[in-house]
Amino acid sequence: MTALTGAAAASQIQERLGLTATVAGGEVGLTVPRERWVEAAAFVKDTLGCRYFNWLTAVDYKDQGLEVLVRLDDVEAVVGITLRTRLPPGAPRCPSLTGLFRGANWMERECYDMFGVTFDGHPDLRRILLGDDWEGYPLRKDYAVDTPHAPYR
Amino acid sequence: MEIKAPTPQIPPPGWTEFKDLQEMEKYRQTRPEGDQHSALFESVTEGIQHFPGGFLVTTVADAFLNWARKSSVWPVTFGLACCAIEMMATFASRFDVERLGMVPWASPRHSDLMIVSGTVTIKMAPMLKRIYDQMPDPKWVVSMGSCANSGGPFRHGYHVVKGVDRVVPVDVYVPGCPPTPDSLMYGLLKLQEQVAQFQKTGERPAPAGPA
Repeated sequence: MTALTGAAAASQIQERLGLTATVAGGEVGLTVPRERWVEAAAFVKDTLGCRYFNWLTAVDYKDQGLEVLVRLDDVEAVVGITLRTRLPPGAPRCPSLTGLFRGANWMERECYDMFGVTFDGHPDLRRILLGDDWEGYPLRKDYAVDTPHAPYR
Repeated sequence: MEIKAPTPQIPPPGWTEFKDLQEMEKYRQTRPEGDQHSALFESVTEGIQHFPGGFLVTTVADAFLNWARKSSVWPVTFGLACCAIEMMATFASRFDVERLGMVPWASPRHSDLMIVSGTVTIKMAPMLKRIYDQMPDPKWVVSMGSCANSGGPFRHGYHVVKGVDRVVPVDVYVPGCPPTPDSLMYGLLKLQEQVAQFQKTGERPAPAGPA
């Protein structure tokens, strides 16, 4: 089996998933609708062989909702695929990738902690870094940083 | 999928009755029922002073006790962040704070001093408060570094307490990011002066800032 390249990955994604990916060398970017999130990640993992779950995070685009990003790497071929999906404003729910990657568990908890994205199908979705009694999601743009947090500030 | 309900742990019940935690600490440190040991000590010294030349004995004893107390301030081993590395260097052989009578002790029950060495996050503040509460009176706090003094570079972050003096009363503030061992030792010497003054007058001196 030949080593994966970015262009080959993009053409396979176009062929099998019908989605257009952006390619820059070994960097592949792919925007996925929310309904096909798990399907696309499973394809990238099993068919393309990007088995290394690198990171998962989110970006707050204010009125346009949140965007969840996950980076999956093929370490031998040095190809990284960044999947992203846009969540509609007011409904930050996303399917969980914990069925595919066990490492997604804590990353999704962190994303829930910081951005308030609810991952459907996550086995243990609760705060991981902040205290259990924390109110709000601090990495969202509308979070007031100097909010009084009794009793320590 | 079940999201855990918030569990309020610390602050202990009753803290809402005070304006802030420092008010509560002030209340805790004033003893309305009277300190029996001090009263006994006072009556003995009173008795001695009635003898001719007795004042010499009490003055010397006072000076000795002050010297003894200020020379055995034991800090609790308690490192929070990168300042703790400088604190360890201060304890270690090159700077050797032990020659000032400070033995880093791994138990708050035997300690007189807490060096808050680093960033205090809101999640960590209750634990810090608990360690402080476990220390016997009289107890002293040195706030070490910008983060503990005021929040430092994280002051406008979401998770950092803006100065440890919002959690426990502070006696000496040591500036720096992180303070060098020399700075910390200077702060500890300032603290010794404060301890001596407290033993003499019973008044807790105002916090010593940067010189």
